[in-house]
Amino acid sequence: MDKSQFFSHLQCRECGRRYTKEAIHVCEFDFGPLEAAYDYEAISSALTREKILSRPKSMWRYHEFLPIESDPAVGLYTGFTPLIRARRLGEKLGVKEIYLKNDAFNHPTLSFKDRVVSVALSRAKELGIDTVACASTGNLANAVAAHAASVGLKSVVLIPSNLEPSKVLNSLVYGTKVVAIDGGYDQVNRLCSEIAGKYGWGFVNVNLRPYYAEGSKTMGFEIIEQLGWRLPRHTVVCMASGALLTKIRKSYKEFSETGLVSRDDYTVHGAQASGCSPITTAIKNNTEVVRPVARPQTIAKSLAIGTPADGYYAIRAMKETGGTAEDCTDAEIIDAIQLLAETEGVFAETAGGVTLACAKKLIESGRIPRDESIVLCITGYGLKTQEAIVDHMNQPPVIRPALRDFEALLDEQFQTL
Amino acid sequence: MTIPVRIPTPLRKLTDNQEIVQVEGGTVREIIDHLELTYPGLKERICDEQDNIRRFVNVFVNDEDVRFLQDAETPVKVGDEVSIVPAIAGG
Repeated sequence: MDKSQFFSHLQCRECGRRYTKEAIHVCEFDFGPLEAAYDYEAISSALTREKILSRPKSMWRYHEFLPIESDPAVGLYTGFTPLIRARRLGEKLGVKEIYLKNDAFNHPTLSFKDRVVSVALSRAKELGIDTVACASTGNLANAVAAHAASVGLKSVVLIPSNLEPSKVLNSLVYGTKVVAIDGGYDQVNRLCSEIAGKYGWGFVNVNLRPYYAEGSKTMGFEIIEQLGWRLPRHTVVCMASGALLTKIRKSYKEFSETGLVSRDDYTVHGAQASGCSPITTAIKNNTEVVRPVARPQTIAKSLAIGTPADGYYAIRAMKETGGTAEDCTDAEIIDAIQLLAETEGVFAETAGGVTLACAKKLIESGRIPRDESIVLCITGYGLKTQEAIVDHMNQPPVIRPALRDFEALLDEQFQTL
Repeated sequence: MTIPVRIPTPLRKLTDNQEIVQVEGGTVREIIDHLELTYPGLKERICDEQDNIRRFVNVFVNDEDVRFLQDAETPVKVGDEVSIVPAIAGG
């Protein structure tokens, strides 16, 4: 299928210069990030809700808004994750209407990164690239390794050496080459930007970034469709580089401007861990200058990016929609993970704890009114970061297989059951 | 005394495809000014109209981002290496 009629070119976000649709990511003139640009008039006249509804339930049902030129080759089952009406959580928080967009349930590696990698690798195939790579705090590496394996691409993933063991294992199993770097994510990223281009590899978050980043929009498209074709009034998104928040805002804008949803007001809010909160700090100080964090310290390792590449755009997206940002401590993250699990049966990774803990502060301080609709973006699955909470859980009691022991246990410990 | 400067891929068109170039200078700003003398056009890519390092450009002296040091006034000595790196996303 020819999809090139919708995806027209790449464009610098800073100066607007146009570039051809290659494996390039920054403007040669000002280093501004390149972004995919579309012919929205063509999309408007070609795409309807009915057409979307007639397609398979995956992120690709919105393919007109994605930067590929032929049928997708990678990640055909990715996306269309549940949007959960969180009634019990809503009662606890004292809000009327709250939902979880649950990408902890994404295919195949249980995080929203499956979306971005599906697009990046589909585009890599179109560009004739045979080896793909990434710098990652874990989730992206998992997604690159799995998706590359599924279509026979070679892959190399570079990660900080202190990552959670389950995230490392969840890359190794796919037969990818995992390289652990003695340093934090920002050091890994810097090395990757020096490697990218050298061997003709497609680095999903470097030279394939304009394609990769667009995949995040599908999380926002799905939210609109699953809410019954309406925009949530408030959306809370955790921030590492700030790209997801920026792209969710873009998805709301694109659906509004092409007439797929009515142009109602919406607000996006950002969430970070206090141990690495360069974007939230800039918002709190009412500046657009993001001061990098040299040494991030937080259990939310997937958000531990001290130099957020999209920080500036995330700040603008929040400001332009009337949103704001919060941050939370490690203890608050753990409490939030437990609250989410105990009220909704959803086990989120630490980043999900950050989203909920910050949303709670936004609600309690009145910045999110209690009677307006709220969506929390849950971006990854809890078992990926089990180390963060394992010491905070009670170990199960061990008893003999005897009724007497069980009854004694009930009397002693489980009176509340 | 010259300092090796690593040039990122998008700027190598201006340096005859050289990955590392040698320039003189005692601070990051002097190095950028000297780069401009040998490779005209480089400075406006790295610095904005107010002469500040652009938002999406990271400059490192050895392993440290100059924003954690003294920005463009960061001193550079023999044996140091300067890298110019575009900001990138991920996670």
